[in-house]
Amino acid sequence: MSRVEIMTGNQAAALGARLARVQVVAAYPITPQTSLTETLAQLIESGEMQAEYIRVDGEHSALTVCIAASTIGARAFTATSANGLLYMHEQIHWAAGSRLPIVMCCVNRGVGAPWTIFNDQQDSISQRDTGWIQLYCRDNQEIIDTVIQAFRIAETIYCPVMVCYDGFVLSHTLMPVEIPEEEKVDAFLPPYRPHTILDDTNPRTINPVMFADLRANAEGILCDGYMEIRYKLEYALKGALKTIQDVSDEYALVFGRDHGGLIWEYKTSDAEVILTGMGSIATEATIAADILREKGIPAGVVGIRAYRPFPTEALIRALKRARSIHCLEKAVSYGFAGPVYTDLRAALYGSECDAQMQDYITSLGGRDIQPSTIAEVVLNRIKSDAFDGRFREPIWINCRTE
Amino acid sequence: MICEVIWHGRGGQGVVLAAQMLAEAAYRHGFRGVTATPTFGPERRGAPVIASNRISPEPIRTFAQIRKADLVVVLDESLFHAVDILGRLKDTGVLIINTNDAARYVLPESIHLFTVDAVGIAQRHHLMREGAPLVNVPMLGAVARASELVTIEDLAQVVKRKIGDDHLSQNLAALEEAYSGTTMRKHG
Amino acid sequence: MDKTKDPNISAMCTLAVGEAGRTGDWRSFRPVIDHGKCIPSQKGRSACFLCWLYCPEGVVRAEIPITIDMEYCKGCGICAEECPAKAITMVKEEGHE
Repeated sequence: MSRVEIMTGNQAAALGARLARVQVVAAYPITPQTSLTETLAQLIESGEMQAEYIRVDGEHSALTVCIAASTIGARAFTATSANGLLYMHEQIHWAAGSRLPIVMCCVNRGVGAPWTIFNDQQDSISQRDTGWIQLYCRDNQEIIDTVIQAFRIAETIYCPVMVCYDGFVLSHTLMPVEIPEEEKVDAFLPPYRPHTILDDTNPRTINPVMFADLRANAEGILCDGYMEIRYKLEYALKGALKTIQDVSDEYALVFGRDHGGLIWEYKTSDAEVILTGMGSIATEATIAADILREKGIPAGVVGIRAYRPFPTEALIRALKRARSIHCLEKAVSYGFAGPVYTDLRAALYGSECDAQMQDYITSLGGRDIQPSTIAEVVLNRIKSDAFDGRFREPIWINCRTE
Repeated sequence: MICEVIWHGRGGQGVVLAAQMLAEAAYRHGFRGVTATPTFGPERRGAPVIASNRISPEPIRTFAQIRKADLVVVLDESLFHAVDILGRLKDTGVLIINTNDAARYVLPESIHLFTVDAVGIAQRHHLMREGAPLVNVPMLGAVARASELVTIEDLAQVVKRKIGDDHLSQNLAALEEAYSGTTMRKHG
Repeated sequence: MDKTKDPNISAMCTLAVGEAGRTGDWRSFRPVIDHGKCIPSQKGRSACFLCWLYCPEGVVRAEIPITIDMEYCKGCGICAEECPAKAITMVKEEGHE
């Protein structure tokens, strides 16, 4: 029988990794991720989890160990936050280019300088172009379920998956979490089979220096050049849109919980005003939508769960009736706008959705935001005369800008 | 309706554990939406610490800071000099203070004040850590008395799950004594 | 096997003679072994083989007498430098001035 326990997001992630029968954990502590890896260390030490916990001298090494482990066929897991994630950056690219199905939790935290330990999503957003799948969770139940789904997705298409959730807001807040049954998870997630088997009777070099062009090997096979390998990664990531949805649908059938796959919707059937965002800010937005509805504004929420690959088609379908779209973002592409707004505007351009769009930068470095504030700024924006199709500067909420 | 709770204590008094146990007990009681949140960030022994709960029949969809709570629990009355406790309590809210001198508090009439001598109860049941009385479990007993969020039985079940055998009987006895020893002060 | 498609999803290569092309034509000096000085030839048993150990191209065969695959020897001269018996001399290839 599955059971419900009251737990933090970090405990949920750790239990998800245990249920996924992770075989190698390598991680380096950083706030707010620390209690996740501490929980895993305890589970391994007590024998409740059969895995190697490999201690390392930093995050770059942590992911390098996972890369080595995944290459030889071990299911590998790591987790980090903020500057720890950035210190991994080179190996984040390497894991994706090697097509290794590693799962990493990014417990979202603002990036220094100046130092903050508090939540925003600048850390994972800055790793957007590395070739990892990025999934954002809205509550602790989704965290445990998404870690399990992430391994299934990763091992189906051989791409690493970053499971992102808001530091402190989710990582340190306790809430009820239904723990999936072990036997059901085992059936859902078969053992990992690596795409490359290291074999001493048939030795080979993995990731040699590539030439610019295709080249025949000694057997006469015309081997991929760097560009073909990179195209295969892009093709796999685009294909992941279907895999993420399929895995989510199957998970819903088996475990009875549907987190929506690529996106999720709240009161959108008649909504003209749509709030979007990723992670807990989108959950917060559902209350803002309720407040707007009390004021007679037909509002709804489209939460983006898969940020990479970007679910263009699903978003066009969900947003085609919208009159205005309001992006709530915990990150900035400095010098332009928020990343969700940027991508969404590009995805919707020329589609049947011709809604007005406004970008809001919010909650950087843990700045509090109340649902009533979200409702208020959206209402003000809708009433503004200057709401036309042109690009407007993002509105920074709860920030002294003068 | 969401009931919002703020716990005020000092680092080391078990404020976070108290909020966690209240969330579990409220879930046992039938509330589907419960959250327990510590003060985000570094914690220091002796410094003012806040933890909070949201408790609702429906799942919780907000993680924003609680501006004004329905229920405020004060584990250490010296905090009235350090923290604006009343500033984060609704005008008609419930306030529970760990004190042996309820008469010293002069409050607006609309606030429902409950008091309990949790220090005395902890001392009588030898609930001490590093020389300081452990008042978090007695204060949970007071919450059961002052609100309809949990019963004393819900709390006893959670205490049994959370507290090691060494101190279980003392904690259960302290919980009971605090429950019956919590008094509501009549105004006027 | 379809020789027009690479089935691998990440980059890899196997050990093979000539994986980097026919590198013997890079050579301007060629190693010439004096078997009268070469230790394995003199002793008649597996010994020394430092040329085989140091060759960065893997073209020296550790046998008696030692041979070098001139199709792929780049003529770097490391074997001549390392030979303790001074049995290897680097000789200018014809056409190289």
